[in-house]
Amino acid sequence: MTAVYIIIGIVALALLFVVATYNGLIRLRNQMENAWAQIDVQLKRRHNLIPNLVNTVKGYAAHERETLEAVTNARNVAQGAVGKGVGAQSKAESVLSGALSRLLVVVESYPDLKANQNFLALQEELTSTENKIAFSRQFYNDSVLSYNNKTHMFPSNIIAGMTGFKEGEFFETETPAEREVPQVSFG
Amino acid sequence: MVLVAAMAGVLLLIGYFLGLAFFGSAMGGLVVALLVWGIMTAVAFFQGDNIFLAMSKAKKIERDDHPRLYNIVEEMKIASGLEYMPAIYIIDDPAMNAFATGRDPKRASVAVTSGLLQKLNRDELQGVIGHELAHIKNRDVLLMTLCGVLLGTIVMISWYMMHMLFWGGMFGGRRSSGGGGGGHVIVLVIGLALMILAPIFARLIYFAVSRKREYLADASSAQYTRYPEGLASALEKLASSKIQLQSANQALAPMYITNPFRKKGRAASDLSSTHPPISERVRILRSMGGGASFADYDNAYAKIHKGGGSVMPASALAGASAVGLRSAEPEPGKMERVRETSDLMWRMNNYKTINCDCGTKLKVPPKFQKANVKCPHCGRINPL
Repeated sequence: MTAVYIIIGIVALALLFVVATYNGLIRLRNQMENAWAQIDVQLKRRHNLIPNLVNTVKGYAAHERETLEAVTNARNVAQGAVGKGVGAQSKAESVLSGALSRLLVVVESYPDLKANQNFLALQEELTSTENKIAFSRQFYNDSVLSYNNKTHMFPSNIIAGMTGFKEGEFFETETPAEREVPQVSFG
Repeated sequence: MVLVAAMAGVLLLIGYFLGLAFFGSAMGGLVVALLVWGIMTAVAFFQGDNIFLAMSKAKKIERDDHPRLYNIVEEMKIASGLEYMPAIYIIDDPAMNAFATGRDPKRASVAVTSGLLQKLNRDELQGVIGHELAHIKNRDVLLMTLCGVLLGTIVMISWYMMHMLFWGGMFGGRRSSGGGGGGHVIVLVIGLALMILAPIFARLIYFAVSRKREYLADASSAQYTRYPEGLASALEKLASSKIQLQSANQALAPMYITNPFRKKGRAASDLSSTHPPISERVRILRSMGGGASFADYDNAYAKIHKGGGSVMPASALAGASAVGLRSAEPEPGKMERVRETSDLMWRMNNYKTINCDCGTKLKVPPKFQKANVKCPHCGRINPL
């Protein structure tokens, strides 16, 4: 009789564990997908800001045509990459980031433009959108990391494998400045 | 959590002796203590944020009132992974401070003083907002409200017990003296000791909890912003400012970025403060050694406290990964910041702003009756 109770107990515990692990995986995957949606919102916002910015800069710095065109082109490519997967999109967006930062450097030599209220408001919006992209990417990558850890580590990997949880993809950046400091910490 | 439980224990203990000493049964005292605590918690839980915001004379702002502040809050909301955008409030006060309130992340608010907006640059403001949103994300507001109410209840019950002892103690004593007189004396002595010691203990526990959460919020802010220097330099500016906040609230003290009741020349390891000393917080943030993770913060803390030790909860350290830094933001001019903030304050007090053709900004008070206003600079007549 005791043996039966023990077996029932073990089965119940195992079931409880499976349910808890499965729910944990679902929660992490949802968090990851939400974080990705956040990045999308911010990227779209950046795409919408750029025509306005280009027009304002054009009024003061018309002969920086090359830089302006590079920004417009990169924006169009990035807009075309929307919905083509994390890899393609992150590549196109990092090209756009590069073009934009070049534009903001060029702008430094136009004091009139820098005094323009409209431009200042746009610059704040752009700075903030860049930050928001960086922060949502940061949160997305953190979410992917904890989700991937859970799908790879024993014993949750068994349940992940059985129920078909796929590995999440990191949003990589290609800008050298952002990659240069690899930090290792053995806390 | 252990500390909170200890505090609840103190409350129950004092209720127990209250019952033994005055009601003749321990149960009666426990029921009274829990009832008082329950009512106070309910009020704090459902109305706490409104009461606090009203008491500190905070005014709610929208996106267009101060786009930069709104953007920074939104950035930190994204970085912290909060689901809801907190409401933003401004306090018209030259002192530099900020606080967060709201019982859960769904209905949270952050408030900053106009002095803070004027004197901090973008990175510094981001660090401060990161600290405040960390309080929301870590549910410190709820925790500290519960602790604060617990403390308040203990202080209140002790105070009443003291009064009952002096004015009605003899009466109560006579009534129950039929039992065992000696036993009652012992109970009274223990009760008296508790009455004096319990509020002190409760306060120390409360401050210890608060300081721990401050460290955690600092570490979270560094992790969200990836830029500990922003918060460090903001804290330095806050420390050097001599203006005291006018409408600060004792119960809300742990929610401010720095202690609003700070006195000068406090010892570095003062146990009776809601916040760790600012200089120490700055030093920890600056010794994070090029990282921005919880583990980096913990190491920096251990380095500064020679004995080692850890301030981060184990759960926070477990999921931590190596985190790199980012570089500083270009900042807008100081004058612009001052002008922007003062314009905001005028608007919030319902002044109308009219741009005269000569370039002067006219601020018209809300009670102004006439249809036109004359520019004091150039004499042009501007219609309202």
